[in-house]
Amino acid sequence: MTATRAEYCVIACAEAWRDAGEILASPMGLIPSVGARLARLTFAPDLLLTDGEAMIVDAEGTAEGWLPYRQHLAFVTGGRRHVMMGAGQIDRYGNQNISCIGDWERPKRQLLGVRGAPVNTLNNPTSYWVPKHSRRVFVEKVDMVCGVGYDHAAGARHHRIPRVVSDLGVFDFATPDHSMRLASLHPGVTVEQVTQATGFALTIPSEVPCTREPTPQELKLIREVLDPAGARAREVAV
Amino acid sequence: MGDKTMTAEEVVSRLASGMTLGIGGWGSRRKPMALVRALLRSDIGDLTVVSYGGPDVGMLAAAGRIRKLVTAFVTLDSIPLEPHYRAARERGGFALTEVDEGMFQCGLRAAAQRLPFLPVRAGLGSDVMRVDPDLRTVTSPYADGETLVAMPALRLDAALVHVNRADRLGNGQYLGPDPYFDDLFCEAADAAYVSCERIVDTAELAKVAAPQSLLLKRLTVTGVVEAPNGAHFTSCAPEYGRDEEFQRRYATTPWPEFAARFLGADEAAYRAAVRGWRKEEER
Repeated sequence: MTATRAEYCVIACAEAWRDAGEILASPMGLIPSVGARLARLTFAPDLLLTDGEAMIVDAEGTAEGWLPYRQHLAFVTGGRRHVMMGAGQIDRYGNQNISCIGDWERPKRQLLGVRGAPVNTLNNPTSYWVPKHSRRVFVEKVDMVCGVGYDHAAGARHHRIPRVVSDLGVFDFATPDHSMRLASLHPGVTVEQVTQATGFALTIPSEVPCTREPTPQELKLIREVLDPAGARAREVAV
Repeated sequence: MGDKTMTAEEVVSRLASGMTLGIGGWGSRRKPMALVRALLRSDIGDLTVVSYGGPDVGMLAAAGRIRKLVTAFVTLDSIPLEPHYRAARERGGFALTEVDEGMFQCGLRAAAQRLPFLPVRAGLGSDVMRVDPDLRTVTSPYADGETLVAMPALRLDAALVHVNRADRLGNGQYLGPDPYFDDLFCEAADAAYVSCERIVDTAELAKVAAPQSLLLKRLTVTGVVEAPNGAHFTSCAPEYGRDEEFQRRYATTPWPEFAARFLGADEAAYRAAVRGWRKEEER
């Protein structure tokens, strides 16, 4: 049973919550959601998940608590949470933009707005998910800093960006100046493919590991329990 | 204790151009759309709108009624990007104060508590500080010495919200899973207008659901409007979900065409137009 690219992405997202303990996992996007639930069912059983609305649910969807938006926002500031957000743009220091493309005063393309990116990044670990790795997303400088990167954080005490997962690999900021580093390649992806699709110079270690293989149990959970309809393939093809 | 019931038109008659108007709900969820439609039928404009934005913002922006918007996002939820809002922003249709979701809540809370600001960690290091040069920071006087954002109070001239039930006195009840921030909007406003699916006797309220569902207190509510289906086409759980098909129609129709067809003389005309559209779709 060979894993698909989308399944490697699920595994890479799930790994963001390994050893996270009893905190709230807030995945945004389908593949991070499958990843968080996979982590909950396997190596991170104490995670809390929501139904995307106001209820805290277990892996089967049974409600175990209530978390309306007002409490969710308060919860963020307490820090017991690891969110994985999307990114319209992300730069080498992890600044993220979901607000608009172009000049903020008169944008070329209006996107969502800053949403909770500022509060997330200053208060709890924030990772990112990019389903289509390209130079349009991985840019030298974002047009509007929504999620705060390492060069803007001024050492803020609760600021941390554990990882960026894309359809090509996993990235982190484990470099002396906290600039982005290639941490692992999904099987079948080359270093050159990644550098071609990235609009800034990444740190590339001399030996880049592959994203780990899913276990047979994990593959079974993804395919039969968490996403039997195969919606993950619509977010990441190949 | 007065009877505060009124029509949507009476609510609008108490609003004026240039006001700062808070709109409850969240995204495309339990928005006071019947009140927004009534506002669109008036000639009130030049508004400062404060909203966790959805189609309320999209419609008011498309109709050119907004001078300044205060928000953290504008979305239709199932359609992530609000097309009419986008178009208005991309043509430079109004001024924007863009703050984080948590900063926004802090601003309402400060207004409700009659404070000039509340300290919040969110915003530091991000471009919300750059695009709003009026935002200031405040430094903790205690040993930690932490610098925080001083989120200014978002005081409102008026608030518009929609809930499931209310009595004639202005006690309001939500029956869905999330109160959103509707109580805060009412507390932050000089006048608050509540539309509801159904007006019931006061004694009914506590029978319908547990006491914690009694979200709005009459001392913060100025007017009560009975507006069945008044959140349409946004969701109003548990009574109805979002009308996804109609929302898609809204999102894909040029604004002048949509307004001409659906924003008729009154709310009854809107409902008739939606019914007519649905029959057409079924054919």
